[in-house]
Amino acid sequence: MFHVKQVENKSMEKIIEVSHLKHKYGDFQAIQDLSFDVQKGEVFGLLGPNGAGKTTTVRLLNGMFEASGGEISVMGFDPMKSGEKIREKAGVLTETPALYERLTARQNLRFFGVLAGMDDQQIERRSDELLEMFDLSHRADDRAGTFSKGMKQRLALSRAWLTNPKLLFLDEPTSGLDPEAAVQVRELIADVRQKEGITVLICTHNLDEAQRLCDRLLIMRQGSALAMGSLSDLQKLVSPGMWLEVQLLSPFEKMDQIRTIAGVLNLYVHSLQEIKIEVESEAAIPQVVSGLVALGALILRLQPQQIPLEQVYLQLQNNNHKGHNGGVK
Amino acid sequence: MNWRKIRIIAWKDILEVRQNKSVLISMVIVPLIIMMVLPAVMLVIANTTGSADALNDPDIQMMFERIPPSISNMLAGMNEVQLSIAMMLGFLFAPMFLIMPLMFSASIAAESFAGERERKTLEALLYTSATDAELFIGKALAAFIPSVLVSWISFLIYIIVLNAGGYPLFGYLWFPLPSWYPLVFWVSPAFAALGVGATVLISAKVQTFMGAYQASGALVIIVLGLFVGQASGLIYLSVWVGLVLGFVVWLAAGVLFFLAIQQFNRKALLYQSAH
Repeated sequence: MFHVKQVENKSMEKIIEVSHLKHKYGDFQAIQDLSFDVQKGEVFGLLGPNGAGKTTTVRLLNGMFEASGGEISVMGFDPMKSGEKIREKAGVLTETPALYERLTARQNLRFFGVLAGMDDQQIERRSDELLEMFDLSHRADDRAGTFSKGMKQRLALSRAWLTNPKLLFLDEPTSGLDPEAAVQVRELIADVRQKEGITVLICTHNLDEAQRLCDRLLIMRQGSALAMGSLSDLQKLVSPGMWLEVQLLSPFEKMDQIRTIAGVLNLYVHSLQEIKIEVESEAAIPQVVSGLVALGALILRLQPQQIPLEQVYLQLQNNNHKGHNGGVK
Repeated sequence: MNWRKIRIIAWKDILEVRQNKSVLISMVIVPLIIMMVLPAVMLVIANTTGSADALNDPDIQMMFERIPPSISNMLAGMNEVQLSIAMMLGFLFAPMFLIMPLMFSASIAAESFAGERERKTLEALLYTSATDAELFIGKALAAFIPSVLVSWISFLIYIIVLNAGGYPLFGYLWFPLPSWYPLVFWVSPAFAALGVGATVLISAKVQTFMGAYQASGALVIIVLGLFVGQASGLIYLSVWVGLVLGFVVWLAAGVLFFLAIQQFNRKALLYQSAH
């Protein structure tokens, strides 16, 4: 495993705990030695390319498959022994909306409500709430097959939310949606998470979605973990310091001397007026600014920069790939 | 076992079948042709002047001579034209009646089991808290109940057509013959169960509704065997033959169900979907 970093907060309740999980499809090792935990109330992302093992992990967490090794606890239950109890308390949005297209929106919700053990009144009340929340009330009695992709995904989300689950699994929630529908679905996820305070596990290969929605991320490749933590934790794996983008009023000739300023880790020169400086931490910024001024630099603009998740992800995947091919880890 | 969950699974499948025009049309057209149009045509021909001579064919005469006592007792007192009609529509036609439960149960089961995978709705269903047994029973009942009901409704239509069309020839309500009761209430449900069991097993191997339906169509050979058996005088669907046949088919259906239940589990179904 490459550079796995786990930031633990002992005070938080863990909803999911996975330890050294393994799973095989025949001879193919789909999951190998995977460990992570999900804390109550957080949005946790499983991020990785197709075939990384994200969907298999969700299936294992729901007791659909038996693990070939390791331990899992979901809401205190072992999926291998009590998969039914987990599926009763959790909501799942599968990779495709998986709606019964010949049934109406309301009939779809009723079907899954009864299977979840809800009584008729609960189903009716909750269906009305969700259809309203997801802006589907006006199409409640239309067949799901007549819906647009975005509407189908919203109905599938309401099905996953139907039982007021404590834990929600969302497998590629915006896959195949047009940008507008994808934004709408992301907003709904963020909104409902905030209102209902549930724990969400999202599988995605969409980096923008992961960055916008997830509190913490597990980056996967070929069934194993590459890295885990919040976005800033992951950024530190790729780049331990913090980058400042500096624009100068006039050309600055003493670039080499910038490296001597206390707190500076690295320097990237775009031009004599545009540079990027890596500093140790946020606390070092005033010291670096004083040093630049002392060297005679006329600072026009200074902007701390976040490393985008895309860069972190690609670098981690790339490093791992090199590692597998005998490169430097 | 939660029967509310089983009921909703069956309800959903039946509702879906009602919306599937290809299945629904076959469930209306086939009984109409077999149980209404064909017998009506035969009765019209039999009622036509001169048809009595046509029915006095030497081959038909030979068939009458070969009839075992258990059958001839049911037909006692009938003249030759009445005998011809009774043999044709009361016995030779009987296996055709069995096509219906077999065909309908196979088509609904194919829609329910293979169709669910084809439409990619299976995974969401497997993520519910319904047990494997509840899912299986709900789906099996969704295929079994409508096919038996349609068969029974077809039987009622057949009774009406045969008695209405045959009244000028018989002068009394001659149908159903006693051998039809085990056929309708014992053999026909057995064939429906056989159709479900076989289709569930076939559905595990094929990815589409049509694939499962076509493969299970091979079961019609059993019905054709019965038809040929009667036409050749080898076997007649008497009350006892019906009871024994029903027992054998129920047994076969039981074996198929046992095998089907073995492979109906989440893990196997998800693997099948993945491949």
